Amino acid sequence: MLTQNFVITNPTGFHVRPTKTFVQTASTFPCKVDVLSKGKKVNGKSSIAMLTLGIAQHDEVTLEIDGEQEEQAMEALGKLLTAIHE
Amino acid sequence: MSRQLKGIAASPGYAIAKVITLKGARPAPTRVSVTNAAEEQERFRQAVERSKVELEAIRAMTEQRLGADKAEIFEGHLMLLEDPELIDAAIEKIADEFINAEYALHEVAGTFIEVLESMDNELLRGRAADIRDIAGRVTSHLLGEPHQDLSQIHDTCIIIAEDLAPSDTAQLNLDAVQGFVTAIGSRTSHSAIMARSLDVSAIVGVGAEVLNIPSGTNVIMDAIEGLIIIDPTSEQLQAYESKKQQYESRKTELAKLKEMPTIASDGARVELAANIGQTVDVVKAIENGAEGIGLFRTEFLYMGRDSFPSEAEQTESYKYVLESMKGKPVVIRTMDIGGDKELPYLELPKESNPFLGLRALRFCLTREDLFRTQLRALLRASRYGNLKIMFPMIAVLSELREAKRLLEEERSKLVAEGVEIAENIEVGMMIEVPAAAIAADLFAKEVDFFSIGTNDLIQYTMAADRMNDTVSYLYQPCHPVILRLVRMVIRAAEAEGKWVGMCGEMAGDPNAVPLLLGLGLHEFSMSAGSILATRELIGQLSQAEWAKIAEEAILMQTQEEVIQHVQEHVKGAKTVC
Repeated sequence: MLTQNFVITNPTGFHVRPTKTFVQTASTFPCKVDVLSKGKKVNGKSSIAMLTLGIAQHDEVTLEIDGEQEEQAMEALGKLLTAIHE
Repeated sequence: MSRQLKGIAASPGYAIAKVITLKGARPAPTRVSVTNAAEEQERFRQAVERSKVELEAIRAMTEQRLGADKAEIFEGHLMLLEDPELIDAAIEKIADEFINAEYALHEVAGTFIEVLESMDNELLRGRAADIRDIAGRVTSHLLGEPHQDLSQIHDTCIIIAEDLAPSDTAQLNLDAVQGFVTAIGSRTSHSAIMARSLDVSAIVGVGAEVLNIPSGTNVIMDAIEGLIIIDPTSEQLQAYESKKQQYESRKTELAKLKEMPTIASDGARVELAANIGQTVDVVKAIENGAEGIGLFRTEFLYMGRDSFPSEAEQTESYKYVLESMKGKPVVIRTMDIGGDKELPYLELPKESNPFLGLRALRFCLTREDLFRTQLRALLRASRYGNLKIMFPMIAVLSELREAKRLLEEERSKLVAEGVEIAENIEVGMMIEVPAAAIAADLFAKEVDFFSIGTNDLIQYTMAADRMNDTVSYLYQPCHPVILRLVRMVIRAAEAEGKWVGMCGEMAGDPNAVPLLLGLGLHEFSMSAGSILATRELIGQLSQAEWAKIAEEAILMQTQEEVIQHVQEHVKGAKTVC
């Protein structure tokens, strides 16, 4: 299992649109993707669950990825977490 | 006897028709045990599949009718129908607890709705409505009750509902539906935004009482004032019929001017721009045919929060407005805070005379750190459109020079960091302190443009607070003294080949507009709602003729004389709303 921390830089936080991209990307990987923030852990392949985290700019987020292609998934998803989204 | 209810006017217009009151939300499903869980799961999967097919059709229709960005909501809905924590979770729950699909979905969706509704982010609270929307649709299929299909309403009517889901609004048959009224909702809810893009009248947030109006009742909807008149009298009907007609013919007339340039009857060309205070206001500016943004107040970025916005956050806001305006000029004013616009986290000392105190640029020059952050954000955003930077509250040359020096320093730093910055960004200043107006000839050599902020210029010139009832009579935009100052500023700029705009309320005042045109004002910036009517007015005026009339006005003694003089010459010109 891989674990890594990220800090959100997107000015408007990590809400509807960034979440959509994140979930779509996560769903392309066979491994299990969990997202942790503020003491809550949710399924990274569920936009509805991700939204309940209410992730804001400067929040710290942990990715826990387990299973096939976990390294590729960590790289792709980590990039999305730290990107500035349009 | 007629009765009235009041709500929030969410999409303007008038409608007179019989109402169709949609039945309220379905009662929550009850828990029923099932013996064959696999069969129940299959029933649920089929309901989900049918919902997807329906939603895909609505998405396609919305894309065709309103464009891809409005259709995006339904892409989100389709994604929810594939969400593992919603759909798979409900499927598991059916088997775990041997319960009916309706109840399983209700329970799973309910948890998420509750969490999202408790969040302090409006956007996320809005997602709760989306979940409710799709859960309702799936439940309809489970129960074999077709989802209320609003595209099948063919009788002329006004719709009353507790709330309209975006999918309902998008489907409205607009040949029949004259408007809608909802018990809940706000100006920014999805259905309100959708109503404005569909151009259908809407009143929202009226309260549950509105649901008691039985279908078939005659109702007048006044979506300008947010009024619902139930069982109107024949006098009321007559009055509103004519209001409605006037409103609609005026709207059609003005709408023709939306894409047109602003040209006086003798061919002189001026520019009508919008004042905005929030990034979202840019939409209204475009809808009303603004040729640019003449004043983007940046204070909102700093207010209603507990710390200063970061450089990246500010850059995003400026970029959004610049991109939305697609190359049309956008004048962004650096922050006008301090003085009466207090920020709790700033802890500025109280001043006995805030309007004459440490505000706007004066404050910025004492807090260089904050000012530099804003300048950097502006420079970073500059490549996304036609940015012009404007400094407020300048009284003396040294203030302007210092502001320009800081801007130049930040520009060099960013260039050294390899950041791409637009070339030739115009730098201008507000003329709102009489000292700056009087020395306009000196300032004109060192800026690219002036924008006259008449609200403050008039107050400072008359030494009268317009909010103070006992002295507000001195607030006289058309007083010859103010016209002299405006003329002086315009002549000073002309001598240096610079342009002059105006961003106070005077720029949209129908009594002042003809005079300002005559004095040679280049850009008129006003609230978006006044633009089209002002464009129409200017089209009826000859600049050359008004140049003469303005010179006469300047020699008069009182505002009353000036206004009378203007009105005598604007004969036949229609009143501005």
